[in-house]
Amino acid sequence: MGVNESLQRGRAAVRGKPFLFLAGVAGLVLLADLLARLAGVEVPITAERSFGGSLSALRFGGLVWNGIVVGLIFGLAGIGLSMTYSILNFANFSHGDLVTTGAFTGWGAALLIAGWGGSSAGHLLSVRAGSGAGPNAIGASVVQSPLAILVGVIVAAVATVLVTVAADRIVYKPMRDRGGIPLLIASIGVALALRYSIQFVYGARNRGVTATEGVGVPFYGVSIDLHEITLVIVAVGLMLGTHFLLQRTKLGKAMRAMADNKDLALVTGIPTERVVTATWVLGGALAGVSGYLYVLERGTIEFNLGWFLLLFIFAAVILGGIGSIYGAIAGGLVIGLVHEVSLIWISSDFNAAAAFVIMILVLLYRPEGLFGGVTTA
Amino acid sequence: MSAATDAGGDPAADGGDPAEGEEPATVTDAVVGALQESDLRIVGATMLAMYLLFLVLTVASEGIGPRTVNALVSTWVRLTFLFAAYSTLALALNLHWGYTGLFNIGVAGFMAMGVYGMALLSTSPDAVSGMGLGLPLPIGVVGGMTLAAVVGLLAALPALRLRADYLAIVTLGLSEIIRLTLNSATLSSWTVSTFGFGTGGGSGLDLPDTPTDALFAAGGPLDMTFPLVQTSVVRRAAWVVVMAVFVLLVYWLLRRVGNSPFGRVLKAIREDELVAQSLGKDTRWFKIKVFMLGCALMGLGGILWQGSQGFVSPNSFRPIVTFYVFVAVIVGGSGSNTGSIVGSILFVGLLFEGPRTIGSILGNALELGGSPGTFPAAVAPLGSLDPMPLLAYAVGNISAFRFILLGVVLVLLMQHRPEGVLGHRTETAAAVDLHRSGSGGETDE
Amino acid sequence: MSEPETNVPEDADVEAPDEPETQDSPVEQQAASVPAEIPLRVRNLRKTFGGIVAVDDASFEVEAGTITGLIGPNGAGKSTTFNCIAGAHTPDSGTVQFQGEEITGLRPDAIANRGLVRTFQIARELAEMTVLENLMLAPRGQVGEQLWKSVTPVARGDVIEQEAEIRDRVWETLDFFEIDHLAHQEAGTLSGGQRKLLEMARAMMTDPDMLLLDEPLAGVNPTLEEKLLDRIHELREQGYTFLLVEHDMDVIMENCEHVIVMHQGSVLAEGPPEEIRSNERVVEAYLGEDEL
Repeated sequence: MGVNESLQRGRAAVRGKPFLFLAGVAGLVLLADLLARLAGVEVPITAERSFGGSLSALRFGGLVWNGIVVGLIFGLAGIGLSMTYSILNFANFSHGDLVTTGAFTGWGAALLIAGWGGSSAGHLLSVRAGSGAGPNAIGASVVQSPLAILVGVIVAAVATVLVTVAADRIVYKPMRDRGGIPLLIASIGVALALRYSIQFVYGARNRGVTATEGVGVPFYGVSIDLHEITLVIVAVGLMLGTHFLLQRTKLGKAMRAMADNKDLALVTGIPTERVVTATWVLGGALAGVSGYLYVLERGTIEFNLGWFLLLFIFAAVILGGIGSIYGAIAGGLVIGLVHEVSLIWISSDFNAAAAFVIMILVLLYRPEGLFGGVTTA
Repeated sequence: MSAATDAGGDPAADGGDPAEGEEPATVTDAVVGALQESDLRIVGATMLAMYLLFLVLTVASEGIGPRTVNALVSTWVRLTFLFAAYSTLALALNLHWGYTGLFNIGVAGFMAMGVYGMALLSTSPDAVSGMGLGLPLPIGVVGGMTLAAVVGLLAALPALRLRADYLAIVTLGLSEIIRLTLNSATLSSWTVSTFGFGTGGGSGLDLPDTPTDALFAAGGPLDMTFPLVQTSVVRRAAWVVVMAVFVLLVYWLLRRVGNSPFGRVLKAIREDELVAQSLGKDTRWFKIKVFMLGCALMGLGGILWQGSQGFVSPNSFRPIVTFYVFVAVIVGGSGSNTGSIVGSILFVGLLFEGPRTIGSILGNALELGGSPGTFPAAVAPLGSLDPMPLLAYAVGNISAFRFILLGVVLVLLMQHRPEGVLGHRTETAAAVDLHRSGSGGETDE
Repeated sequence: MSEPETNVPEDADVEAPDEPETQDSPVEQQAASVPAEIPLRVRNLRKTFGGIVAVDDASFEVEAGTITGLIGPNGAGKSTTFNCIAGAHTPDSGTVQFQGEEITGLRPDAIANRGLVRTFQIARELAEMTVLENLMLAPRGQVGEQLWKSVTPVARGDVIEQEAEIRDRVWETLDFFEIDHLAHQEAGTLSGGQRKLLEMARAMMTDPDMLLLDEPLAGVNPTLEEKLLDRIHELREQGYTFLLVEHDMDVIMENCEHVIVMHQGSVLAEGPPEEIRSNERVVEAYLGEDEL
C-alpha cells in the first residue's frame, strides 16, 4: 500500500512545524545575542559581523519603553478594529483614518483652549493649518494646560464617534449582509473620502502641535517625557474601562457574544443593530483617542498619520487573534516592541518592514493569532 | 495643417507608425478577430467620448489659438498613455480578482518589482542615481517580469490558501515591505558594493531610455521639427503606440486564458473552490500559476508606465496606485476583460484627469484670485456672505476633491452597481462555441 | 467485474476509460488486496471537532453496482463520514479504501481523480457560470487545463478538438438529465431541484466509478424527485455504484439494495431494507423522530 502516500501525509503533518521550529531558533539566537550585548560580550564571526556587542541598559530600556508607548497606541486603536472585524465580519480599511479624525478634532479643541486669546480661533481649531502662533507659543502641553489636553481627549472621542456612526448609517448599514469583500472595498472608499476631507479642511502640511517646555523631567538620571506618561495612563485607563464595559455590562456581554458567534447572538435574541452601533461607538472612540494620544507623543500631525498606522494596527489585531480585545492589546505591544527593539539589529529602514513580516507570518501560520485558542472577546 | 492635426488626433495610429510597422499587423488582426464586435464598439465609443470631452475641456481652458493644437494633442497623448497603463494593470488584476477571486491589493508592489527588476538589469552602470548592469532592454523587461512573477510565487505558495480578506492584508503588507525595502539607502549601497547594481534608495533610480526615443535622436528617422506639435509630444506619442500594442497583446493573451478549460477552472475557483476540488481539479496549481502570470503582467504594466519616464522612485508605488487600479476594475465590472479596459478609460477620463482639468478651467474662468492658504481663512468670509474665497480654496485644492470623489464613487458602486457600469456580463469560458453542434445529433437519452 | 463504465451512455472519453487511474501514481498497480466487488471500504473511522465526537469507529463497505443508503437521525455523523470519505475532512483515525487503495486523508481533488466523486447536500452550483460551463468544467484530465497549452497557438488545436468532444458529451448528458433547455442559463438562476439535477449531471461528466450523493433529494419537488431517482436507477443498471445519504427513510427503503444505519457516530445496523425496517435497535434510535 501507499508508502508514497503515507510519506506525503507525514510531510503534510509536519509542514506547520518547521516554521515554529525556525522561529523558535531565531528567537533564541536573538535573545542570546541581546543578553551578550547587554553584558558587553562580543564574539567576532566574520570581519563585519559579530555575535553580541555592546548595548547599554539605558538604550535598551529606552527602546523597550518606546515599544510599549507605540504598542499601546496600536493596541488601543486595534480594539475597535478587532471588534468590527469580528462582529461586522469585514476588515475595515478606514480605521486608520478614524485615528486621524480623532487626532485633528481633538487637537483642534486642545489648541483652542490652550491658546485661547493668543491666536485666532481659526488658526487654533485648524490645528495650525497656516502660519501663525507656533506650538510653544500656544502652549498645548500637559504641563502648561492639562485641562486643554483632557478636553482634547474627550473631543477626539466624541467627534470620531460621530464620524464613525455616520459612516455606518450611510455606507455600511445598507450593505449589512453583503459579505466581507464588498464591505472591505466600500471601507477603502470611506478611507479615501475621509482622509482627503481631512486634508481639505486641515491642509496637507506636516506640522508641530505640542509645546515641549517642561515636558521632559529628569528622573534618577533619565529624562521622563510627561506626554508619554500621560499617554500610558490614558491608554491603560481606557483599556481597563473597556474591559469592565465588556465584562460587567449587559451590552458588553452582548458584544462579546456577537464577536464570538453572530448566528448564536441572532438566535438568542440580542438586539444586534444596537450591538453593532455600540461596537462602532466604542471602536470609533478608542480609535480617535489613540490618534490624539499618538500626536501627543510624537508632537507632529499630518493627514496621512492614521493611514500609515493602519498596517501596524492590522498587525496587532491579527497577532492577537481577530475578535479578541485582549489579543489586540497584547498584539499591539508585541508589534510596538518589535518595531522599536528590532533597531538593535536592523537599520531604521527596515523596522516597519519587520513588523509587517511578523504580521504576514502569523497570518500564514497561525491565523487564529498568537494567543488564539482561548476564546475571549 | 489639417494633415498634422489628423496625425495628432489619433496618436495611436500615426505618431509612431514607422517604428512599429512590421509587428502589430498580424497580432492586431488576431485581436480584431477575437473581439466580439460589440465589445470593440464599446471600447471605441468610450475612448472617443473621452477624447471629445477633453477636446471641449482643452478648448475651454486654452481658448482657440496657435497653441491649441499642441495642447490638445498633448492632452490626448497623456490620456492615451494613462488608458494604456491602467488597462494593462486592470487586465492583470482582473485575472487575479475578477477571474479567480484572488483579492490581491499589492498591485503597486508587483509593479515596483517589474520596474526595478528591469532597471537593475538595463540601467547604465554610470547612471546618476542608482546603478544597473547595462544589459539590453529586452533582457531587462523579461527579467523584471520574471522577478515580479517570482515574488508572486513566493507570496502565493503560502498565502493562496488564505481567506480573501487575509490575502488582501498579506498582499498589502508585502507591497509596503517592497516599497520600504526599495527606499532603503543601506540596502542600495550594500548591493552596489556587493553586486554592482543598486536601487538608489529614496533618491530613486535612473531608467534606460524608451526604445522609441532612438527615433528622435540626432540623425534618427524622426529627427525633425513637427508643425504645430512639439517634438516632446510626438516622442511621447510614439511610446504610447508601443504601449497600445502591449495592451492588445495582453488582452489577447487573457482572452485566450479566459476562453479555455484553464480559465473555466479559474472561474470555478472563484465561485466555489471546494466544488472545483471535488471535480478533481488540483486548485493549488491553478492558483499559483495564475498568480504568477498576473504578477508578471503587473510588472509589465509597471515597466510600460513608470518604467518609461526616465526615472523612478519608491514613491511611485504607494498603495494608492493599487486602489486606482481597483477602481478601474470595479468601474468596468470585475470578471470582464473588456470591462477592465472600459473601466480604465472611464477612470482615467472621469475620475483621474477630468477633475484636475475642470479645476484648472474653473480657476481660470472665475478669476478667483489668490486662494486662501487655509480652510479657516476660506470660510471666515462666509460670515460677510462672500463665498468666493471658499470657492477659490476649493478649486485650489481640487486634488483632494478628486480623492473624495474616488472614495464616494467606490462606495456608490459597491452599494448600487457592484457588477460595474457595463452591467452583468458573461464571457463564456470555453475554447469552442458551446451551442449544440450539428442539427441536434441523436436525441436519445 | 471491474470498472463499470464501459456501457455508460455516450462515453467519448477524455482519458482511456479502462485505466482511469494510471496517471495518478504507480501505487495503484499493486492494488487489489480487496476484491473489486467492494469498491469502498471504511474501517474504524473516527473524527472529532473540538471535544465533540462526530464519527466514532464507523466501519462499513459498499458493494459494486449497488445503491447503498446511509441513514441515521440528525447528528448521527452521516455528513461527517461523507466528508471524511470525499476528503473534505481528514479523519482523526481509521482508513478509507477505494478500489483497494487507501485514500484516507487525500485531498478532495486526488480522491475525485480516482473516480470517487461527490455531490453536496446543499447544491453547490457555480452560480455565475452557465449550466454548460458547469458541465464543461467537470471532465477529468482536460488538455486545456494546462496554461501553456491553452495559450500557445500550436497546442491550442488539441484543446479545441477536445473541447468540441466534451461539448458533445455535455449535450448528451444534458439530454439524459432533461435539463438541456437550461443549458445557457447561469446556474445561480436555477430552482433548487434543477440545481440538484445539474450537480448530478456535473458529477457524471467526470466519468466517475462511484458517486457519493449527499441528500440528492433534499428540497426537490416530487416530479423532479422521481426524475432524479429514475436517472440514478438507470445509471445503476449501467454499472455505476452509489452511496446515498438521505434522511428520508421511505426514499432509502424503496431505492436501496443495502442500508447502513448510523447512530451517535457509529454504525448501528446494516442490511437489506426489509431487515433494517424490522430492526429493533434502529426503531429505538429513531424513536422521537417522525419516520418509521
